Amino acid sequence: MSASILSWSLLIASLLLGVALAIAAFRMIRGPRAQDRIVAFDALYVNAMLLLLLFGIRTGSTLYFEGALVISLLGFVSTVALAKFLMRGEVIE
Amino acid sequence: MHDDLLLTLLVLLPFIGSVFAATVSSNARNSEAWLAGAVALSCLILIIAAYPAIVANGAIRSEFDWIPALGLSFSLRMDGFAWMFAVLVSGIGFLVVLYARYYMSPKDPVPRFFSFFLAFMGAMLGVVLSGNLILLVLFWELTSLFSFLLIGYWHHNAAARDGARMALIVTGAGGLALLTGVLLIGHIVGSYDLDRVLASGDAIRSHALYVPTLVLILLGALTKSAQFPFHFWLPNAMAAPTPVSAYLHSATLVKAGVFLLARLWPVFAGTTEWFWLVGLAGTASLLLGAFFAVFQRDLKGLLAYSTISHLGLITMLLSLGSPLGAVAAIFHMMNHATFKASLFMAAGIVDHETGTRDMQKLGGLFRFMPITATLAMVAGAAMAGVPLLNGFLSKEMFFAEAIETHLHSVLDTAEPYAAVVASAFAVTYSIRFIHSVFFGQKPADLPRTPHEPPFWMRFPISFLVIACLIVGILPSVTVGPFLQTAVVAVLGSRTPEYSLAIWHGFNLPLIMSLVALIGGALIYVALKGYLQQCADGPPLFRLLDARRIFDDALVILSWRWARFLETSLTTRRLQPQLRLLVLAALLAALVPLYARGLGPLAAIPSRIDPVLALVWLTGCACAIGAAYQAKYHRLVALMLLGGAGLATCITFVWFSAPDLALTQLLVEIVTTVLILLGLRWLPKRSEAVDEPVTFASRLRRQRDLAIAVAAGVGFAALAFAVMVRPLPDTIASYFLENAYLMGGGRNVVNVILVDFRAFDTLGEITVLGIVALTVFALLRRFRPASDSLGAPEQQRVQNAFDEAQPDRKQGDTVGDYLLVPAATMQWLFPVIIVLAIYLFLRGHDLPGGGFAAGIAMAAAFILQYMAAGTTWVEDRLRILPVNWIGMGLLVALATGAGSWLFDYPFLTSHSQYLQLPLIGSVPAATALLFDLGVLGLVIGATVLMLVALAHQSVRKLRAARLSAAAGEESP
Repeated sequence: MSASILSWSLLIASLLLGVALAIAAFRMIRGPRAQDRIVAFDALYVNAMLLLLLFGIRTGSTLYFEGALVISLLGFVSTVALAKFLMRGEVIE
Repeated sequence: MHDDLLLTLLVLLPFIGSVFAATVSSNARNSEAWLAGAVALSCLILIIAAYPAIVANGAIRSEFDWIPALGLSFSLRMDGFAWMFAVLVSGIGFLVVLYARYYMSPKDPVPRFFSFFLAFMGAMLGVVLSGNLILLVLFWELTSLFSFLLIGYWHHNAAARDGARMALIVTGAGGLALLTGVLLIGHIVGSYDLDRVLASGDAIRSHALYVPTLVLILLGALTKSAQFPFHFWLPNAMAAPTPVSAYLHSATLVKAGVFLLARLWPVFAGTTEWFWLVGLAGTASLLLGAFFAVFQRDLKGLLAYSTISHLGLITMLLSLGSPLGAVAAIFHMMNHATFKASLFMAAGIVDHETGTRDMQKLGGLFRFMPITATLAMVAGAAMAGVPLLNGFLSKEMFFAEAIETHLHSVLDTAEPYAAVVASAFAVTYSIRFIHSVFFGQKPADLPRTPHEPPFWMRFPISFLVIACLIVGILPSVTVGPFLQTAVVAVLGSRTPEYSLAIWHGFNLPLIMSLVALIGGALIYVALKGYLQQCADGPPLFRLLDARRIFDDALVILSWRWARFLETSLTTRRLQPQLRLLVLAALLAALVPLYARGLGPLAAIPSRIDPVLALVWLTGCACAIGAAYQAKYHRLVALMLLGGAGLATCITFVWFSAPDLALTQLLVEIVTTVLILLGLRWLPKRSEAVDEPVTFASRLRRQRDLAIAVAAGVGFAALAFAVMVRPLPDTIASYFLENAYLMGGGRNVVNVILVDFRAFDTLGEITVLGIVALTVFALLRRFRPASDSLGAPEQQRVQNAFDEAQPDRKQGDTVGDYLLVPAATMQWLFPVIIVLAIYLFLRGHDLPGGGFAAGIAMAAAFILQYMAAGTTWVEDRLRILPVNWIGMGLLVALATGAGSWLFDYPFLTSHSQYLQLPLIGSVPAATALLFDLGVLGLVIGATVLMLVALAHQSVRKLRAARLSAAAGEESP
């Protein structure tokens, strides 16, 4: 019983995260402002990280957690770079 | 001493000395000369010490396997002939070092000279001692290379550069031909071993490939020995410092060609083809060289042409195919080396003391330097073939051979006449050399007042001249036994009876000698007036400048034809290039598909994972969006590209490739930053200024779209088709089975990278290092477009705001904006380093590894740069990416070489488990060390590229500050 609850909730959660990915991508494509796109880009990364975690739980493997760890620790680097590019016109000054 | 040690030491010692010589400080003339002299002398002593063994056994040998599968072994072999050459190379090398010590000016960078000199000597000894033909070619090419460096030693001088380049092109091309010829010999004989080749003369001469082989070998030998029609490089190489000429163009480099001819004489000689090819080249060189030498104005030019002529004499003797001819050739190689080296050195002294080598300006130097003049006169007389000197003896033998009939033909009949005429010219130019320099009018406007050079500068000449005299007077007692050993080594059982006496009775050769001597003197008397004021170069032939022909040929080959090919076959525009590339890929996929079909299907997945479908939808949308926005909105395209990349990473995870996903994620992140750094310097693009859309351009765009869609969809379909088919039994299964057993790691990808295919990885990281250095070097010269030169608009607005407020100073706005993010970014520095260490250590068993860890580390550094700016970071953190690159490569190499210590092949790895307190069992493979090298190199390369880009902004600041300072000063 609890196993089926877990598997159903995992599937639903993954689906919802997938939808979130799609929505973030939509905002990234549509914009309209660069700021919207960057926030969407960051959301895309966060969603992807969660998706990887869920995938790990679904498959019962810890092999994929390093991917999630890298996104959570370094995923923001590109966001920061993009934001800085918008704010100052160059990434490193 | 043990033969192996002795021979190996002989070849290695000069190279080791060369490395040492390169490291000595640039004005240490004395220590350089001591070093080089000691090396040359030790070689000479070693060689002399080997003589008894050679006489007793015929030859001494040493052999190490190198690439046995290719028949290539590091095999050295010294018989009597090689011994004679080795003595010449090291002995004259020693004398030239002594001479060069005084010749080179303190201003010249001597380490370079002696380093190249010793390396050349090593290469030359290698040529002489090689017992394997491939090895011989290798050393042969090394001599070409080092002679290029030596001739171009004064590289600020255009003539030196041109001469060096010409010598390299001619002798290098000859070397290639020689290599092909040697490969053919190997094909015929079945071995490259010199002993076996020498033993299979009949097989080679009767083989169908004899003529092509002969022609190729001759191309190599004749270019090296500057024989007609390849003679033109030698006079142009006279721009080299005189010690170089004295060494290369008397005893060594040019002798390599005739050495090879004599070495392979038992194999190739005796056929009609050999007689005609070698004979024509030799006779033409003999005559033309002697004739041209008479009309040179430059002292060294005269000697160069005389060298061509004397080598022509040797070549012609070898062409006859008679054993006596070969004896005379070998004898003359020895004699020519002694008198020509001393003449070159004498010419160098004249040049050194007077500042000119022009024979029309020189004269009357006898009263200033009587000793040098006397020495030069004796050497010149040897060159002319005056009795009681060594040149006379070999010339007598030459005449005796020339009148013999060998092969009934025009060439054979003409040879005695050619010999006499060329010898007469030799007498003429010898007299001219002596008379115009040391006698006659005292020069009026010399750049310097000449005087006698120091004793030790003269010593090499005196030594060689005394050798000429002693050999000339007492040949059979002094040089006889050595010549005999050399001759026996070449001819073996065909060694003829010959006599080295001075007086053979009043016979035809003697009459020819007398005719040549008197005739030559008469020619000089007749031409004297003309020679004093003629233009450079021989009459009639002056218009036919070989150098100009060569240059024209080069221009046609490397410029006109190349340009023609370039303009007719290539384009510099990116779009057509990409179109062709994609079309080629499409074709490459379609042709085998059409020919072979797809093969049977495995199970098609019946159910589609909805989550993955969503991820792919996202990825596809991002990719198409990126392509759509790429032209006008680069920033948007970049972000969308990041989205597509992320979808790819998730897909990797889904298809259980966690290692790939991890690495790809890190690469995505760093690439985004990298492209953003570059984006700042790209000029803005505006849709408004684009040209109007015409019908033709619309058509072109639609065609390109169709190609792109076909290629993209086709590729996706192909990938899908591959995935739903059964996996053939590839090498992958081997790796999967053996990764743990043989590599001691569970992460198969990592084990492949650092163990099974570690050699590939070594190559790849080397390339990565080179790429990083190239990027760095290119960016140092980077000049941005004018519209991206100034500060970006945002910075200008923010700075203006800061300056307008009385309580703010410039930079406050960005500081305020970044207060929280910067703190986070800086505090994350150690955390990311821990992550990198973690990724690195687990790499052998689990996803991670040196590459991923390196990129993570690089991200940590970049974060610091972004948080606080270049100046702040570099004030506090010393990042030396070039050192990281070097360290990484060295560690990887040292790990690989370490396995040699345990007698395993390069890059064999060893793995075991270590018990550490608290942590427990830890895998410790030597592959981890290799991975450490990869880590260092990746960090270095990535940081170097990113920082080089980031520094552009700092440079711009500095430039602005400088121009502002200049602006303040000027009014």
